[in-house]
Amino acid sequence: MKSYSLFKKDWQSELRTRYAINALAMFILVTISVILFSIGQEKISKLLTGGLLWVVIFFSAMSGLARAFVSEEERGTTLTLHLIAKPSTIFTGKLLFNIVLVYLMNISIVILYSLLFESFSIENVGLFFLAGLFGSFGIAVSSTIIAAIISKASAKGTLYPVLAFPILLPLILILLELTKYSINGKTIAASFIELAFLVSYDVVMLTASYMLFDFIWKD
Amino acid sequence: MDNYTLTLHNLTKLFGRRLIFTDINAEFKSGSIYGFAGSNGSGKSTLAKIVAGVISPTKGKVIHTLNSKIINSDNLHEYLGFVSPYLILYDEFSAEENILHFLKIRGIDADKDKIDSLFNDFNLYDRRNDLLKGYSSGMKQRIKFIFALVHNPSLLVFDEPTSNLDSKGKDTVYKIVEEEAKSKLVILASNEESDLSLCYETVFVEKFNQQEKNKK
Repeated sequence: MKSYSLFKKDWQSELRTRYAINALAMFILVTISVILFSIGQEKISKLLTGGLLWVVIFFSAMSGLARAFVSEEERGTTLTLHLIAKPSTIFTGKLLFNIVLVYLMNISIVILYSLLFESFSIENVGLFFLAGLFGSFGIAVSSTIIAAIISKASAKGTLYPVLAFPILLPLILILLELTKYSINGKTIAASFIELAFLVSYDVVMLTASYMLFDFIWKD
Repeated sequence: MDNYTLTLHNLTKLFGRRLIFTDINAEFKSGSIYGFAGSNGSGKSTLAKIVAGVISPTKGKVIHTLNSKIINSDNLHEYLGFVSPYLILYDEFSAEENILHFLKIRGIDADKDKIDSLFNDFNLYDRRNDLLKGYSSGMKQRIKFIFALVHNPSLLVFDEPTSNLDSKGKDTVYKIVEEEAKSKLVILASNEESDLSLCYETVFVEKFNQQEKNKK
C-alpha cells in the first residue's frame, strides 16, 4: 500500500511535469520515423521488422526509464524520500512506476508499428503477448535498478546505456528469438525453453535488485 | 511521554581523506533541546544527517532507542522529523498535496484537523492549495516544519531551522520547538546565537576535529 502511494505520487508528478512521458514519446516517434525514411520504398522482411521492433523498444527504454531516480536526484528530492519511506518501499514504488511506463510504451510502439509497417504481421499472437508481458517486466526491473545506480553518478547519460547493454542483452536476444517464433507461427509449447528463460531472467533480476537496492540507496 | 534516547558512540566521519570529526560520544534524551554548533563547514549538517540516518558514519555507531527498545535503521523515518535548507519538497504539488502524499507513503491516515492546525500555526493556511513553485523561500522553510511534525515523531532534527525566516517566522519556530521539546527529543544544528540559546546542552562539532589536528 505504501509502495502504491509512492507510485501514485510519482504518476501524478509525471502527469504534471512530463519528465519521462515526453522523452519516451519523442524517442518513439523519431526512431520509427527514421526507420521508415531509411527503408523508403524497399520491402523489408517480416523477421527484420521483428528485430527492428526491439531496437526501438530498447533505445526508447534507455531514454525514458532512468528518469524514475534521476529526476529525484536532479530536483534534490532524494533526501525527502529517505525521510518518508524505507528502501524496500521506494524500490517497489519506483518499480511499479517503471512497469506501468514500460507497458504503456511497448503497447504504443506495437500499435504504431502495426499501423506503419505492412510486413509486420504476427502469426501466433498469444506467444507474442507472453513475450511482451515477461519481456517488458524484465526491462522495467533492470531499468529501475540501473537507474538507481546511475542516479548518484555525474555522467548519468553515458553510464545508463553502458550499464544497461550487458544487463539487457540476454533479455533482448531471447525476445528477438520469441518474436521470430511468433512471426513464424511457432506454438507456445514449442517455445517453452525460451519462455522459461524469460521468466527466470525476470525472477533473478527482481530478486537481485530487491536485495541490492538497500546498498545502493544508503550512502 | 515516550522515553527516546539517542546515543552517539565513537562517531567519526571522513569525506575521502578529509576528517570532518572524530570520536564523538554523547547521549541525548527526550524532553530536552540539544544543539550542534560550529562555524560553516565544521560538520554540523553532516552530524545531523548521520543522526537522521541519511548518511553513514565512517566509524562508530548511532543508537536510537524508544522506551529501551532499539529502533531499526530501516524504520527510523517513522520516528524522525527533519528540517533543513537542503530538504526539497515537490514543486509541482501544492503544500497540502505534498503533506497528504507524504502521509500516505508513510502509511498514516491524514488527520485533517491536525494538518489544518499546523498550516495555521505556520501561517500558511490560506496558501495551502498553491503550488510550491510559487512559494517564497521563507514559506518553503515553513512548510518543511509541517512536513517534519505532521506524523508526530519522537525525534526532531532541525538543521539551520531559521534560515530564510523573518523574525515572526523565527518566533513561531522557537515557540513550537519549546512546546515539542516537552515530550520529544529536539536537536538543533545551527550557528545562530538565538537558535542555540534554546538548547540545554551544546556539542561543539569543531572541537572533535581540532583534537585530531592537535595530535598531529
